[in-house]
Amino acid sequence: MRVSVLEEVFSANDQLAESNRRRLDEAGVFGVNLMASPGAGKTSLITRTIEPLRGEVRIAAVDGDIATTLDADRIAAFGVPTVQINTGGACHLDAAMLQRALSKLDLNHLALLIVENVGNLVCPAAFKLGMHRSVLIASVPEGDDKPYKYPVMYRGVNALVLNKMDVLAAFDFDVQYFRRGVEALNPGLAFFPMSCKTGEGLDLWLAWRRAERKRGGT
Amino acid sequence: MHEFSITQNLLEIALRHAEKAGAHHITRLNLVVGELSSVIDESVQFYWDIVARDTLAEGSELCFERVPGSLRCLGCSNVFSLNGRDYACPACGENQVVVAGGDEFRLESIEVE
Ligand SMILES: Nc1nc2c(ncn2[C@@H]2O[C@H](COP(=O)(O)OP(=O)(O)O)[C@@H](O)[C@H]2O)c(=O)[nH]1
Ligand SMILES: [Mg+2]
Ligand SMILES: [Zn+2]
Repeated sequence: MRVSVLEEVFSANDQLAESNRRRLDEAGVFGVNLMASPGAGKTSLITRTIEPLRGEVRIAAVDGDIATTLDADRIAAFGVPTVQINTGGACHLDAAMLQRALSKLDLNHLALLIVENVGNLVCPAAFKLGMHRSVLIASVPEGDDKPYKYPVMYRGVNALVLNKMDVLAAFDFDVQYFRRGVEALNPGLAFFPMSCKTGEGLDLWLAWRRAERKRGGT
Repeated sequence: MHEFSITQNLLEIALRHAEKAGAHHITRLNLVVGELSSVIDESVQFYWDIVARDTLAEGSELCFERVPGSLRCLGCSNVFSLNGRDYACPACGENQVVVAGGDEFRLESIEVE
């Protein structure tokens, strides 16, 4: 006998993600999920974002990147509570890992939570965490064809940072071509060309982040 | 790498539907796996035999229907495949697309006795 099921296997994770979101909402915490390839600049963007906000906003970070084990220390050096998730070599964070991380934080005393996902352009797109915004960091050395190779990642984010603009001249990176691919999938996506090294473009990103936190839920 | 937890979710869904149907045994699961879904069916198969042990699904067969990644043109509704280079519609040249298929990982049905 055949029994029809028609269920998405990822729905269990989606439900947990929704419960994470409720927890953040109840505590008044705005959550941001940062995704990128390894080395694109996730940790650099976190420290650049935290730096001017210290004292102004109560921030915490959750770090799941496996590429550099020192990431959590780099963030914690700014005096921000940081939970390092031991992913055990996993290729993404999932909602259950985030749920455990949330339990280690004093959410009622926080306003902003930044999550550094595992460096990967495929798996994190499939696993919602329950954050309010998803941000993708692309970087110039990765090449301008990534929006055409990873459509599921590029279509699902709320903002896109193009990092390492300081080295643009050294690469055959066509910014127009890159953006055409982004716009085809995700028209009107907030786009921030940036250099975490020089600080170029950071002000617009920080203004966006501030405005989005005021707007709250999606 | 993430197929172990996915496989546990799959088992939970299959068992829930089998029990609702009053089944004694699950013989087969019919799955749809998209090329863009981040799921590697060989890994699911590997974990399945471990996860399904001592359950109604022990010894069941996994059948994967693989779906290639495809795009739909928002200009003319033409569906075409990803080429990794551009998103221009081969039919009308428009440059607005949505992912039409290939991002799913769905349990379609189970066969029980
Ligand atoms: N030239 C340049 N290097 C950068 C920039 N942002 C980050 N990096 C460097 O890129 C490397 C990886 O950065 P990191 O933030 O650890 O990336 P993550 O793996 O995504 O967390 C480090 O050596 C950074 O110093 C940038 O804007 N320009
Ligand atoms: Mg990092
Ligand atoms: Zn068309």
